Amino acid sequence: MVEELGITAEGDQVINIGPQHPATHGVLNLVVTLNGETIKKVEPHLGFIHRSIEKMCESLSYRQFIYVTSRMDYLSSHINNHACALCVEKGLQIEVPQRGQVIRVLMDELTRIASHLLWWGAQAMDLGAFTPYFYAFRERETITTIMEETCGARLTMNYMVPGGVMVDLHPSFQQKVKEFITLIKSKIDEYDELVTGNIIFQNRMKGVGYLTAADAVSYGCTGPTARGSGVHCDVRKIYPYEVYGKLHFDEVLETEGDSFARYLVRMKEIKQSISIIDQLIDNIPDGDFQAKTKAVLKLPKGEFYQRVETARGELGVYIVSEGGTTPYRIKFRSPGFSNLSALDHMAKGGKLGDLVATMGTLDLVIPDIDR
Amino acid sequence: MFSFHGITSSVQTWLNNTFNPTITVMIESVIVILLAIALFAALGLVLVIMERRVAAFMQIRLGPNRVGPWGLLQSTADTLKLIMKEGLTPDGADKFLFNLAPFIVMIVAMLILAPIGFAKDFQIWDINIGVLYLSAISSISVIGILMAGWASNNKYSLMGAMRSGAQIVSYELSAGLSVLSIVVLTGSLKLSDIVASQENGWWIFKGHIPAIIAFVIFIIAATAETNRAPFDLAEAESELTAGFHTEYSGMKFALFFLAEYINIFIVCAIGATLFFGGWMPFHVGSWEGFNHIMDYIPSSVWFFGKTFFLIFVIMWFRWTFPRLRIDQLLNLEWKYLLPISMFNLLLMTIIAIMGWHF
Repeated sequence: MVEELGITAEGDQVINIGPQHPATHGVLNLVVTLNGETIKKVEPHLGFIHRSIEKMCESLSYRQFIYVTSRMDYLSSHINNHACALCVEKGLQIEVPQRGQVIRVLMDELTRIASHLLWWGAQAMDLGAFTPYFYAFRERETITTIMEETCGARLTMNYMVPGGVMVDLHPSFQQKVKEFITLIKSKIDEYDELVTGNIIFQNRMKGVGYLTAADAVSYGCTGPTARGSGVHCDVRKIYPYEVYGKLHFDEVLETEGDSFARYLVRMKEIKQSISIIDQLIDNIPDGDFQAKTKAVLKLPKGEFYQRVETARGELGVYIVSEGGTTPYRIKFRSPGFSNLSALDHMAKGGKLGDLVATMGTLDLVIPDIDR
Repeated sequence: MFSFHGITSSVQTWLNNTFNPTITVMIESVIVILLAIALFAALGLVLVIMERRVAAFMQIRLGPNRVGPWGLLQSTADTLKLIMKEGLTPDGADKFLFNLAPFIVMIVAMLILAPIGFAKDFQIWDINIGVLYLSAISSISVIGILMAGWASNNKYSLMGAMRSGAQIVSYELSAGLSVLSIVVLTGSLKLSDIVASQENGWWIFKGHIPAIIAFVIFIIAATAETNRAPFDLAEAESELTAGFHTEYSGMKFALFFLAEYINIFIVCAIGATLFFGGWMPFHVGSWEGFNHIMDYIPSSVWFFGKTFFLIFVIMWFRWTFPRLRIDQLLNLEWKYLLPISMFNLLLMTIIAIMGWHF
């Protein structure tokens, strides 16, 4: 029986977590070497949801390929679309009208809140608390309703186009967003009461999954994962795009580097996003929401790169153009892939329960990793 | 006060007059077994629907509300579905142990029903070492869980079973010690004596702060012993998919599932008996009139009311707290609960000797 269970002479056993497992939030396969409950090695196996999005993009025009990217990181599809649109605009040197820029930033920040809310619920569920998930979805539902009214979709919005946004805002957008902001401000305190302040939760999160700033940099971690280790890496601050340069918001940094630090970064980022929306929602300038563009877009020969800050970290879009109507090559630098690579380092030496907690704080979206 | 004593004694007398003593005992045991099984099934169905409604209440949703009036028949429908499902046995499993394990868990759960007083004079077996019997039998269920985990030939199951073993064996200690502190006050291991001793007030009120500490420890240990969240490490959905019953399906799974709920009922019933006076109505010292009014409420209502209140509290835990980690779980028991409950027992002994309790 012992041989059948695959237990080695040292007492280690290899256990497959995933591709169908509640903790992996998708089709990720982790081959974990365990000694009892203690983790010795974590080996992520990817590719279960690889749809060759990069290759598909090569046969689609510059207007079309943006829609495919909604399916990469489906929780921040606005921001994916945004990155691609920005990259194409960079190549064509299109100036987006002010109204378009503000709408884009508003949508990005709403998406960020929605994504962080879902992560918050999933994180609590990874630790065995089911109720927060429903609370998170209750608030996220408000955002998806706002999105649905303006963009016509709830998950894969496909709202950003080269030159601006596809359609103008829904007349009730401003009022609904304001209502949502008032709602979420009170709900965040409820979240802190229910989860953040819980002693069991803090014991599970503090002191596990350590990632030093140097390791975060060497693994290429970005976003809240790196900022939890004190790495200054917010693209919105370092390489401001759209109107981010004119806005007042803080880059949330925690120096501890453990799971709880990453948790706090995301919770505080929700508050920062709220403050960004607060600044913009009453100041949406009038004018065009979309710049005049040609019917057929042709990027000049060359290489173009644009990075944005998604809810998970830095998303880079790299386009090589031969001057035709379709890109010659597209490469996405997805935040989840690099963040996942640090998982082995973070989870080693911890318990099996810590692996789940640590993986939760990376906020993995598997289609983003596999593409 | 309405009493079951009349019914039970008249049945006993009638049987004694009609048959010879051997047949009487046999018929009585058949009746008792049938009642126990019926109670087992009914409690399982009621508690499953209750859990789902409580969960829905906590999670701002409706819960089952389609099958039957207010969804009350949902768990019946689920049970029927589980009965009709194929009971798979994995290829690599130890077939005998695999099939035996759910029955051990279930039989243990049914055995513990014996000494519990459901109402005044309504008890299957008023054994004189009732408390000892309870703690002895309840530790057998860990064998069933270990058996299930080992026989499944699945790493998740094995880990769940080992966790469960460590957990149940540890928490047995503080559960036992907190029960003992009530035994010290009562001076009897017999559950009917413990209930009778609370005639002029429940121990949670009469026993000063040590009784409250004992109760808190007991409810923590009871949650852990029944493998309920926040101590559901044996199942740990997000880590081990379903823990020790990962490989079970159909009715064998349902037996584990039912046994879990029966175990909740039992620990809550024990808690209600020891700390809240079992079927004893709420009496306050010498307030004759008040006590008399309280006596009009049937004793079974008191018993089930208290038990279901405690069950609600345990369900409340489950839908509020995150799960502990295995080392934190064992630290909590061995470093905190056990020393505290030992000290508490000492304190309680002093109180009992000096007669400081009410």
